[in-house]
Amino acid sequence: MARLNVNPTRMELKKLKGRLATAVRGHKLLKDKSDEMIRRFTILLRETKSLREGVEAALSSVLKQFALARALTPAFEAETAFAMPSVALNAECETESVMGVDVPRITVVRQEKAKGLPYAYSEITGEADYSVQKAAELLPQMVKLAQTEKAVRMLAEEIERNKRRVNALEYVMIPQLEETIKYIKDKLDENERAAVVRLMKVKSKS
Amino acid sequence: MLGKMAIVGGDEGILVFKAAGVATYPAENEKKAREILRKIAKEYQIIFLTEDLARPLTEFLKRFDEEAYPVVVSIPSGNSDGYGMEVLKNAMERALGVDILFHND
Repeated sequence: MARLNVNPTRMELKKLKGRLATAVRGHKLLKDKSDEMIRRFTILLRETKSLREGVEAALSSVLKQFALARALTPAFEAETAFAMPSVALNAECETESVMGVDVPRITVVRQEKAKGLPYAYSEITGEADYSVQKAAELLPQMVKLAQTEKAVRMLAEEIERNKRRVNALEYVMIPQLEETIKYIKDKLDENERAAVVRLMKVKSKS
Repeated sequence: MLGKMAIVGGDEGILVFKAAGVATYPAENEKKAREILRKIAKEYQIIFLTEDLARPLTEFLKRFDEEAYPVVVSIPSGNSDGYGMEVLKNAMERALGVDILFHND
């Protein structure tokens, strides 16, 4: 490991010792942060996985149902038929700090249901009613999935970044500092011995 | 802050969400989807994207992971092709380096 390019003086030694202490403390803190982030990440990951499984299964059945409804209705104009949504889903979007990472927190505020379905019954078959209703019911779950999955992705990124920092401290910064400190100490000791020997020589000559 | 939801998808299946009060943006291919995403990213907080479009845009979607919003999340169109799980798996491998959920492979 390369040592730092510094003058072997007491001044530098003191400075480097300070830096080493900071680096060691920083390393410990980052390591703790990493442990906690991984713990939370694991919990979130499991949650997201089960959520996604549920949503995917439910969604494909909804879409199938809807496709069926479209096939059964002649001249199906979904665009115009669904122009007036029956359900207004409000999502309150905030951020929440998980270990210093700002992840989204979305709360589904309220579901305003207009009476019945938002189209004339004569235009659309019953299959569509069912799928529309199911889709509206599924939406809060999908929002939840969106929130947790985003948190998982952001945390993963942060964990990776943090890991790099920990490794840089552990395998580069700290060894470098230690080696430089040792070098300066050796150098200073050497100087001291040289001075002693010189003094002894001078004394023995007189 | 009140968030708005949008859905971007290839086929007309996404129209079912229009009735549920979600803005729908049809996009026939990934190029179109990219354009739409760029345009609506500022306006909508939650954007659902169908898997068939999300898969070729994986690299593009990474830029949305820097900030909390917008949240872009993939949903299956028809049957799931496993893209959503792949995203999770990638995140897990990057963060942990080990497989704790998907033991099957």
